[in-house]
Amino acid sequence: MALLQIAEPGMSTEPHQHRLAVGIDLGTTNSLVATVRNSIAVCLADDTGRAMLPSIVRYRADGSVDVGLAAAKAQATDPKNTIVSVKRFMGRGLKDVAHVETMPYDFEDSPGMVRLRTIQGVKSPVEVSAEILRALRERAEASLGGTLTGAVITVPAYFDEAQRQATKDAARLAGLEVLRLLNEPTAAAVAYGLDNAAEGVYAVYDLGGGTFDLSILKLTRGVFEVLSTNGDAALGGDDFDHRLFCWMLDQAAIDPPSSEDGRRLQIKAREAKELLTSCEEAPIHVKLGSGEVVDLVVTRDQFAEMTRHLVQKTLGPVRKALRDAGLAPEDIKGVVMVGGATRMPHIQRAVAEYFGQEPLTNLDPDKVVALGAAMQANALVGNRAADEDDWLLLDVIPLSLGLETMGGLVEKVVPRNATLPIARAQEFTTFKDGQTAMAFHVVQGERELVADCRSLARFELRGIPPMVAGAARIRVTFQVDADGLLSVSAREMSSGVEASVLVKPSYGLSDDEIAGMLKAGVERAEDDMLARALREQQVEADRVIEATEQALASDGHLLDAGERAQIDAAIDTLRKLRDGKDHRALKTGIETLARETDEFAARRMDNSIRAALAGQKIDEIQV
Amino acid sequence: MGVTLSASAAKHVAGFIAKRGKGVGIRLGVKTSGCSGMAYKLEFVDETQDEDLVFDSHGVKVIIDPKSLPYLEGTELDFVREGLNEGFKFNNPNVKDQCGCGESFNV
Ligand SMILES: Nc1ncnc2c1ncn2[C@@H]1O[C@H](COP(=O)(O)OP(=O)(O)OP(=O)(O)O)[C@@H](O)[C@H]1O
Ligand SMILES: [Mg+2]
Repeated sequence: MALLQIAEPGMSTEPHQHRLAVGIDLGTTNSLVATVRNSIAVCLADDTGRAMLPSIVRYRADGSVDVGLAAAKAQATDPKNTIVSVKRFMGRGLKDVAHVETMPYDFEDSPGMVRLRTIQGVKSPVEVSAEILRALRERAEASLGGTLTGAVITVPAYFDEAQRQATKDAARLAGLEVLRLLNEPTAAAVAYGLDNAAEGVYAVYDLGGGTFDLSILKLTRGVFEVLSTNGDAALGGDDFDHRLFCWMLDQAAIDPPSSEDGRRLQIKAREAKELLTSCEEAPIHVKLGSGEVVDLVVTRDQFAEMTRHLVQKTLGPVRKALRDAGLAPEDIKGVVMVGGATRMPHIQRAVAEYFGQEPLTNLDPDKVVALGAAMQANALVGNRAADEDDWLLLDVIPLSLGLETMGGLVEKVVPRNATLPIARAQEFTTFKDGQTAMAFHVVQGERELVADCRSLARFELRGIPPMVAGAARIRVTFQVDADGLLSVSAREMSSGVEASVLVKPSYGLSDDEIAGMLKAGVERAEDDMLARALREQQVEADRVIEATEQALASDGHLLDAGERAQIDAAIDTLRKLRDGKDHRALKTGIETLARETDEFAARRMDNSIRAALAGQKIDEIQV
Repeated sequence: MGVTLSASAAKHVAGFIAKRGKGVGIRLGVKTSGCSGMAYKLEFVDETQDEDLVFDSHGVKVIIDPKSLPYLEGTELDFVREGLNEGFKFNNPNVKDQCGCGESFNV
């Protein structure tokens, strides 16, 4: 039964027409789902009260999939099939991923995006992420008592096209309708700004498990305008763990460890890192597979020293974002800290020093992104009254988009930090007499050389009428939607020949691949259904057998030997079917036994009525 | 008789209004529609209307429009948890039968 929530004045919906919308923070380490309920944004917890779902997926030999804590427990024992920090692989080729040599996975470098060989076959990071999203969707639907209308999913502001598209594909695979991809620091600013009625220019410093974002936003009367954004899509708490892990290997003089030992040591490294946030030193005690014991102590100062370059590395994007916004550190009214890794004292110190003020840590750095996403989702499905506290989001594109020109150079069409959505056109011309086709190569990045940028798509415009070189006018239009996703089209202006391309295929997954995965998902759902049907019939069979045996024990004398043998045979058959796998055959077996005992049941009924009547007569006599 | 809130419902409504930052109370109402004729309405109230009836329950203002009252007379609004789901439930003595959804009913 649906339980009711309190709507905004005049915003009650018809029964069964609730617009259930959620915000999902799909994090490298932890993921969360939040919603606006009774006008308040809340994170939805699982049945043990935990809101954070570890972003860990385990593929098991029996075909089932564990997500979250259950998967986390198998990290060290089944590292190859237990995927952690999958977000780092989204939209990435093998060469783009740092530290692959210390990861326990069996990688397959396929064009565009790396894949992982698991006990359940080759999995794309998109499929792994979809498992996490599916778990959150199921939690949300159980908590809200209905099917979700849609979700806002957050992505690091510094995610490029390929990473955004991969995220959107994962959501589709998980059965979610994506209302919007929202940048994580922007989501945090929405939650912070709406909560504190903040006005002015703020910086959001978001250091999570695997990504770093820095966004500068201007908050004025309900408008959240992103002025600039910068970051590093491969820098986060994981890298601090990795430094400590390398230090441990060095100190304990361990040769390359086995996958299991490697995972064990990495887990310990993270624990020690987190402990150093509240303690001056952390003990490290690990028993390796060989029985050898690693026993170390790391101090806060040692840790700060060995990770100093990582802290410095975050300040580069801070400087660039300020420069792009045309601001100096003292122009910033407040620095909002987001992400679990900002709890580290030396991070807080570095940020305070750079901005000349203590950062704002008065909100939960783990939840704020999901809460902001929920607020945006709630607004997008129309649950909010359009009144004076209406607000508007103006976000930007993190990296420039452009085209390859002669000599392997990049011509920028959409500059970074342009406000979204945006359409920009640029004209090109032919360089040979009579040229009838023109090839385009779409790239993303800030560098001048194509080789240093990320290749997004190639396409060709054909059928250009032959003209002298330089006479054709080819207009290429780039369109970037509010999700930060690009489509490109090209047109010859004198003849109107059109060719267009959606950036998606060359870097994410192709539509065919997605369709295949969706189909596999449906098949899995069917398997689940069959398993459930079998279980239901087994329970029913057990019940029927037990009831029949009880009846035989008490009223067996009502049957002759032949009848009795027939019923016994039917029970036997049913017992065998019960331990089989065929739920339909089992159902037939149950029906057969029911038929065989029909007559017996009727006789028992007569018998008990007679007994009851007989009893009644005795009563009457007594009266 | 009027309309009341259970202690738990009152506590939650008061908490939600405080966190929302504004609101004078909560409106309970009915409208026609739904799979069995009538449907409940549950909304925050920022401004009351002239014809509104106002009840006080555990310190929370319960606001009802006069047309809805006959259908809600004697109703208690409760706050319950069912598994992961939580929310409000109308315990309405006027109801003859209700749709399994709990959102619509017949009198
Ligand atoms: N007390 C702590 N001290 C230091 N680091 C911590 C602490 N608590 C959590 N972390 C670190 O924070 C990181 C996880 O942060 P968070 O949950 O915000 O990341 P995420 O949202 O999953 O990742 P991302 O936003 O990069 O995709 C991990 O590296 C974790 O070790
Ligand atoms: Mg995060």
